[in-house]
Amino acid sequence: MSVGTASPRGPHRESAALAFRGTAGSNDSVPARQRGKSAERGRRPRQLTAGRIGLYCFVAVAAVFFLLPAVVMVLTSLKTMPEIRSGSIFALPASLDLAAWAKAWSSACTGLDCEGIRVGFWNSVIITAPSTVFSIAAGALLGYALSFWRVKGADILFAVLLLGAFLPYQIFLYPMVRAFSMVGLYNTLLCIIIVHVVFGLPIMTLIFRNFYAGLPVELFNAARVDGGGFFRIFWNVMLPMSTPILIVAAILQITNIWNDFILGLVFAGRENLPMTVQLNNVVNSTYGEREYNLNMAATILTAAVPLLVYFVSGRWFVRGIAAGAVKG
Amino acid sequence: MAAAHRRTFNTATLVLVPFWLVVLAAYVGTMLWTVQISFTASKLLPVNTYVGFYQYERLFSSTRWIVTMQNAVIFGVLFIGGALVLGFLLAVVLDQRVRFENTLRTIFLYPYAMSFIVTGLIWQWLMNPGLGIQKAVRGWGWTGFSFDWSVDRDMALYALVLAGLWQASGLVMALMLAGLRGVDDEIWKASRIDGIPPWRVYLFVIVPMLRPLIVTAVVLLAISVVKAYDLVVALTNGGPGIATELPAKFVMDNLFTRQNIGLATAAATVMLITVAAVLVPWIYAEYFRKARKGAAT
Repeated sequence: MSVGTASPRGPHRESAALAFRGTAGSNDSVPARQRGKSAERGRRPRQLTAGRIGLYCFVAVAAVFFLLPAVVMVLTSLKTMPEIRSGSIFALPASLDLAAWAKAWSSACTGLDCEGIRVGFWNSVIITAPSTVFSIAAGALLGYALSFWRVKGADILFAVLLLGAFLPYQIFLYPMVRAFSMVGLYNTLLCIIIVHVVFGLPIMTLIFRNFYAGLPVELFNAARVDGGGFFRIFWNVMLPMSTPILIVAAILQITNIWNDFILGLVFAGRENLPMTVQLNNVVNSTYGEREYNLNMAATILTAAVPLLVYFVSGRWFVRGIAAGAVKG
Repeated sequence: MAAAHRRTFNTATLVLVPFWLVVLAAYVGTMLWTVQISFTASKLLPVNTYVGFYQYERLFSSTRWIVTMQNAVIFGVLFIGGALVLGFLLAVVLDQRVRFENTLRTIFLYPYAMSFIVTGLIWQWLMNPGLGIQKAVRGWGWTGFSFDWSVDRDMALYALVLAGLWQASGLVMALMLAGLRGVDDEIWKASRIDGIPPWRVYLFVIVPMLRPLIVTAVVLLAISVVKAYDLVVALTNGGPGIATELPAKFVMDNLFTRQNIGLATAAATVMLITVAAVLVPWIYAEYFRKARKGAAT
């Protein structure tokens, strides 16, 4: 991927180009990488110099800093409580004990309910799936409308959306709570899904708008000449070309919504609390002796879904960052 | 043809109508409502007794809010600065043809996939004096070692910074690495011929070239400072005392647990004004100035 800096085109085009290039498949990024590598090859010292050793030391320290917490979590989750009390957190577990994992999944307590973190897991699944689908659909449609159709006031709509993407939730939350209670939706599944779609709209619109702005206008004009209407062009011409950006959008939304805490806490209601909220309740509201092994197993389970998305999607995840990053 | 034209143009307009309604209600309407409540005497429920700037006077005479603001500045500067430096260093290092580059990149970025709740809990345990790193190191014989930041009044804010850096530095690295890979070969060739050491090229040539990416990174990091709520809740819950209170948490507490809606909305309005004061010039510079430039070329 190259930076949009050198691009002489306008800002929309430029960011579109970045998002598009970032998503258009590996054949774009490979030459850039090779170029980078060959440049390094020329510059690379032939032997192990002091600088080279320093470099590897820094890499090693950094890797330890980033990996250590995960290692500690996994080790501790496999130990028994007496082992945790007596030994160091870096010590290996005496035996592979999955009891804490089983307990975390199916019988960890939040207050008086002891049904395990699985309750939160399924709530999160039920919240994330429709929220992701609807926010992507809304963003794609609006992004398409904003990039190809000249509608009065569209720029203003986009500007307001953009502002909404940057402002803190705190400025919107309370009136939303009041409004949802007035129509009797507060603390329901529908409520939290609507909230996710509304707050996902800015970023989704932005990445789809940028993507469509990167497609040739001739394509659209040809479809118009052939008599295609608004929805027909969207459905038959644009959507079939949108696979890369749909994947990026799905990665972004699944991780964002799964990792959300504040919206789930405020809007989902007792019955539908997402996994992050339930995890925090399990860990931070227990009295008496804390079962660290169980807590850490529950934490790993909560992080598992976005981590899975991360490891499976690989470079696509980075593309999502790049696409989401050209917010301006 | 002209008629067909008009008809489809109307379709697009019609499609935008629901979006307009959602945006006006969910963003503009709620924002105005919040500002309105901040001028009332609302406590548990919103009331329509207007009290002028009373809530704002209360807000700024409250030690808790002043400390909250100071915390936000310290946390913001250290977190954004730290993540930029660390992320850029990681990107530069990965750009040196190190071995296992892909593995390392995966390692540096994986925390970014995790939620702030998970991040906060992980670091809460690592810094727990009776469980975490401190206990382990003391067990190895270094009995004076101390790493209990999350429960130490003076260090708790830095605990937040550390956890934040762990989570977000990978983001900066990913952005910067993309930028570094796009740097033209010619620059490296020219600097080699001129005998300029690489670190000077990075500092004085590459960094200015990456300016747009750096701005993007700063904006993304700044948003997470303003939104920082879950990280605090999971790591310190604002404590010890009020050592790690941040604005987003102040508003949430007063809205939903302290039943102080007038004060909470006043604080939210102050947040809004602060963010807008930074945001509006930036959006102007990023969009409208460049848009004109773009139109000219």
